[in-house]
Amino acid sequence: MAQNNLLLPQVAVVEEISTETSDIKTFKVASQGGGSPLEFLPGQCAMLSLPPVGEAIFSITSSPTEKDYLEFSIKKTGSVTNFLHEIEEGYQLGVRGPYGNGFPLEMLKGKDLLFIGGGIGLAPLRSLINYCLANRGDYGQVDIVYGARTPDDLVQRAEIFDNWPRASNTNVYLTVDVEWEGWDGHVGFVPQYMEEIGFAPENRIAVTCGPPIMIKFVLEGLERMGFKPEQVITTLELKMKCGVGKCGRCNLGDRYVCKDGPVFTYAELLNLPPEY
Amino acid sequence: MKKIVKDKLPSLWEQLSSQATLFLPVEQDGVVNFAPWEEGDSVNLEALNTVVPPKNVVFPQTETYMRFKVENDKLHIEPFEQNGPYVLFGARPCDVAGITLLDKVFLQEPEDGLYSRRRREGTVISVACNEPDAACFCTSFELEPGMAPGADIMVWDMGDYLLWKAQSEKGEKLTGSVENLLQEAAEEEQKAAMELKERVTAKEAAAAQEMGWDPSGVKETLKDMFDSDIWEQFFRRCLGCGICTYICPTCHCFDIQDYSKDQEGGRFRCWDSCMFADFTLMGSGENPRPTRKERVRQRFMHKLCYYPSNFGLYACVGCGRCVRKCPVNLDIAQVIKEVGGVKSGSE
Repeated sequence: MAQNNLLLPQVAVVEEISTETSDIKTFKVASQGGGSPLEFLPGQCAMLSLPPVGEAIFSITSSPTEKDYLEFSIKKTGSVTNFLHEIEEGYQLGVRGPYGNGFPLEMLKGKDLLFIGGGIGLAPLRSLINYCLANRGDYGQVDIVYGARTPDDLVQRAEIFDNWPRASNTNVYLTVDVEWEGWDGHVGFVPQYMEEIGFAPENRIAVTCGPPIMIKFVLEGLERMGFKPEQVITTLELKMKCGVGKCGRCNLGDRYVCKDGPVFTYAELLNLPPEY
Repeated sequence: MKKIVKDKLPSLWEQLSSQATLFLPVEQDGVVNFAPWEEGDSVNLEALNTVVPPKNVVFPQTETYMRFKVENDKLHIEPFEQNGPYVLFGARPCDVAGITLLDKVFLQEPEDGLYSRRRREGTVISVACNEPDAACFCTSFELEPGMAPGADIMVWDMGDYLLWKAQSEKGEKLTGSVENLLQEAAEEEQKAAMELKERVTAKEAAAAQEMGWDPSGVKETLKDMFDSDIWEQFFRRCLGCGICTYICPTCHCFDIQDYSKDQEGGRFRCWDSCMFADFTLMGSGENPRPTRKERVRQRFMHKLCYYPSNFGLYACVGCGRCVRKCPVNLDIAQVIKEVGGVKSGSE
């Protein structure tokens, strides 16, 4: 019965929980028998189920090159996420997916990549960054501009401080919004910092995710630096229930973000109603 | 073609309900809605439109699809389905068209298994409209009040009898199963039904002509009207009650929720409405459609622009329910007129 009920999750186990910030945790989720519960592409999402609280969709932050698990970096913000922040390792939850188009991997091949992330917006970018670093030969220079409100709000610290800066041909530029005791790095907003550093648009693709207001200024900054809308990629977040383009709430015009997105080029977004 | 004399309808209900759940337009306290037929129900085949369209037969208003149990940190999940063969008798052509529009959403890849199973298990019998009323406008959307191409069986009310025509394999099969109650229709009886059909269509089309509006070009016009001022005037009247979406045969939006007692319960999907403030409200507090303006625009744009752009057809079948029930007369025909869907030569 119901073999093709798209809405039915499979049971999976939270193997590991790491605290990233005061309100963000990363959850490592595996099948009951071990291994990743589903195959996916960087930029795709999955629905996590926590009965009887409910279900919510999250971007998968691990890279598909890690075959043993899925990782989700989740900010405490609503009923499902509040509940998630209370559970302990070993807890079982439901998973279904993957949903969405993912990043255009073919289009990125051979290009220099500029990642611009803010706060929890690093989560979907991280999947692609680690995927690119695991397939290093396929991509050119990798630059990562990442910032958060305070140093305490930066996520994936091992990677942003150690692993990524050490990777070949890879630069990481970190910034925080406000002066903070013990922080001797850059202070300032991500979009401005990105422009201060300056990136030439030739043979480069920019990929950005963060709070809507940050994305807005990043898009403007990239335009000033000469990036064409086709060279700029972002990934969107809207309320979703089904994940398969049927429940009707995540549309931008005739496109459904859960199915036709969440990854769009800026050129595509310019042709869609700005309801995000 | 076959026919069934009306005296035999009670036997038909009995026979059909013995092999499947039989949904009929049943009148209760002056309200007609589709319900599983039971002996003694008052069936009303004359009522033009049921209050709620029969979409709830193929897409139930609430549908539990999963059971769960949480034991400490262990989660048990089981699929749950309450299906079985059914016959939907008496759906009007507009409502059958509504179901075929739902098909496009639910049967497109990835196919919705809950919905497709319900569609496979059901046989739809449509009753032609002999007297559409002033709020009907199916012909404006290229439908015929006297014909439902998407139905498995089409019947026409000819006074003392119903003319009966199977239109699909499922329809043939059901016809065979009640053959004892049917008779062959004479040629002149078939001709009379077809004449009636043409007459009703012509009358309805003339009424639409008189109303002076024509939606055919609106899907293109609306593409450039997202920022138009017309939404300003329409939304101010809207109360956000959502009735238009609940009684619409083509609205397919749904929510998913859990219910539970202790740590055991079920998950269901249920109709939801783009008219509600929390429809797009995210946990973060962001809401891309924060006011009724964005929500009213979404409803009309979805029906008249977005859906057509994805599936080539308008997501309106002209049943007139939203026109009759809207407490503030926010009329889709008026919206169409306002965005330029005016028949050339009128105004």
